[in-house]
Amino acid sequence: MSTPPTFLGLPAYAPRGVGQLRQDGPFPAAARTALADTQLRRNIGHATQTIRAKRDRVVGEVPDWEELRVAGQQVKAATMARLDEHLERLEREVTARGGVVHWARDANDANAIVTRLVRDTGETEVVKVKSMVTQEIGLNEALADAGIEAYETDLAELIVQLGHDKPSHILVPAIHRNRAEIREIFLRGMPDVPAGLTDDPRQLAMAARAHLRQKFLTAKVAVSGANFAVAATGTLLVVESEGNGRMCLTLPETLITVMGIEKVVPTWRDLEVFLQLLPRSSTGERMNPYTSAWTGVHTTPDGVIDGPRHFHLVLLDNGRAATLADEVGREVLHCIKCSACMNVCPVYERTGGHAYGSVYPGPIGAVLSPQLTGVEDNSSLPYASSLCGACFDACPVRIDIPALLVHLRGKHVEQRRAASRVPTPEAVAMAAASWVMSDPDRFARAERASRLGRLVARRGKLRSLPPPLSAWTSSRDAPVPPAETFREWWAWTRGASS
Amino acid sequence: MVGLDPRSIVVTEHTGRSVSARDEVLARVRSARAGAELVEPARDYRQTGEHQPGSAALLDLLEDRLVDYRVAVRRTDAAGLRATVADALVAACVAGGPVLRPPGLPATWAPDGQTDDGALSASELDDFAAVVTACRVACAETGTIVLDGEPDQGRRAITLVPDVHVCVVRADQVVHTVPEMLARLDPTRPTTFVSGPSATSDIELDRVEGVHGPRTLSVVLVT
Repeated sequence: MSTPPTFLGLPAYAPRGVGQLRQDGPFPAAARTALADTQLRRNIGHATQTIRAKRDRVVGEVPDWEELRVAGQQVKAATMARLDEHLERLEREVTARGGVVHWARDANDANAIVTRLVRDTGETEVVKVKSMVTQEIGLNEALADAGIEAYETDLAELIVQLGHDKPSHILVPAIHRNRAEIREIFLRGMPDVPAGLTDDPRQLAMAARAHLRQKFLTAKVAVSGANFAVAATGTLLVVESEGNGRMCLTLPETLITVMGIEKVVPTWRDLEVFLQLLPRSSTGERMNPYTSAWTGVHTTPDGVIDGPRHFHLVLLDNGRAATLADEVGREVLHCIKCSACMNVCPVYERTGGHAYGSVYPGPIGAVLSPQLTGVEDNSSLPYASSLCGACFDACPVRIDIPALLVHLRGKHVEQRRAASRVPTPEAVAMAAASWVMSDPDRFARAERASRLGRLVARRGKLRSLPPPLSAWTSSRDAPVPPAETFREWWAWTRGASS
Repeated sequence: MVGLDPRSIVVTEHTGRSVSARDEVLARVRSARAGAELVEPARDYRQTGEHQPGSAALLDLLEDRLVDYRVAVRRTDAAGLRATVADALVAACVAGGPVLRPPGLPATWAPDGQTDDGALSASELDDFAAVVTACRVACAETGTIVLDGEPDQGRRAITLVPDVHVCVVRADQVVHTVPEMLARLDPTRPTTFVSGPSATSDIELDRVEGVHGPRTLSVVLVT
């Protein structure tokens, strides 16, 4: 007799207490701090304006941009529909070509695997390619606990690391810093900083080159993420600009790549879509300077090892399967991490990335983080949007972010209702509105009563109302009710003749 | 199992032992995507460009894109190749400096240099001023040159560490679109797509050329 299936019950979300996916407090409170920082607002405003103009120019010159977006959306949807099969294929192909595949249920698993792999090499230092997923799982902190130092080699990540700061953008983690601040961070944090360093971006980039050169040439172990993994061939891709990625992927003896399971694509051909969509959407370039593709361990025809001798691939779930289980919410897994949505978002442009709490900020973060953690742990993020829809228009794989935000708001309300026998303020308000609006006389009286609001209005807006209405006005203004209701206007203009 | 909440995870423990992370992740994914419909993606985008590979219009387009990335482009024919490569090396300020070449680079393509035997360490590669290679394919629309580790391009490290890369592109290697470029590649080879010298946009999203990879990329187009 076979054992009955075991029901593990609740969805397996990203665990608490590790990594950086959760808000410390609600978004409106964090946003208020950010909004008060005028330097931050200027820096982010300037940077997002620059990148929007560049993106618009290079997207505009592609005649089949919309067809590419549709293809990108459909390739991702088709991949997710058979994700387990593609992952098994990927594992087979990588293994057949000399790589070793590891599976991680969550951040703790992945951190333990990478720590063990580094320890096995006997090294105590690793160089890192910029990777969102290793930020998500808090890998650097886990390695530090094990006595292993991780050196970030992407310029923006280096700025964040030297400044003991947090990333605020998925493409340009130091977007909240301007050139003068970056110079200060280098002067303080770089022991070998060149004398007479100015804030000229070229000089700053050269300082980073000099600072990291010896590390690259002598590093034995590298850790990377991946932008894509081709299931049919076992090929991994990293898309980058500076060459720090190539350094890490080519020169060390051991390469450990950590990849979210949603990054797989079925075939090499699918890349013809994403390698057109991604660079134009992210840095506003026709193509990014460098993309590296490798498959297992490579040997030249002369028998020389080309690149690392040891390749490990860590496949990470950390809430992704739980996200896939939501038939609406799963669309967020199509994201190729281009950051176009944050660059066009009016909320992100004003608050910056830190207010979102998670390493994934902006519109996509507001729908990704709450799904990876479960919505109760990031419950204010689905509300961190005006639902203007600019993010959907910018998204290269047509993720309907506004619809996902509304869906998650709904989930949050449902959960609160299920969790408490006391009705929520929204439920009370909606019940009251339903009672008022179901009777014409009651509605007319309520309309007239709303005129009371005119007494507390200032400069044409209601800026603060007493509880429970303060729940609305704490984060938004309400319009002033008109002096005359529609019914009153109708009565004196048309009412007499009818 | 009918009526089961799709978010819940089902794992059959045949033996009573705990399941591996692999089996657990795959079981979660299988359960989560159950019922998802598989729809073949529409590929209504351009597969090929309007210009034939190697046509004059494509060479002009490639040059325009490369110049936009601050790449020096020189054109020559087979007879003038050696002199043009030498000229490119002089212009990149490495005249007389040690030049590296991959094992399969045709002897007539470049002035003498040291052939990579695969034994040089990264630090030793750093002593070379420049490297001269061929390429596998070039995409005109995006200004991209692809290296795939064939003997005329060498292992990846030799086009990464030296500060100047002179790349020889034959006209028949130039295609119009990204799909045409990928179709010419073997995914199981070590492949590097290069679009200009290394660059960063990390400071105020302003592009600055020259960070960790070669700071100078020079292309010689052979027509």
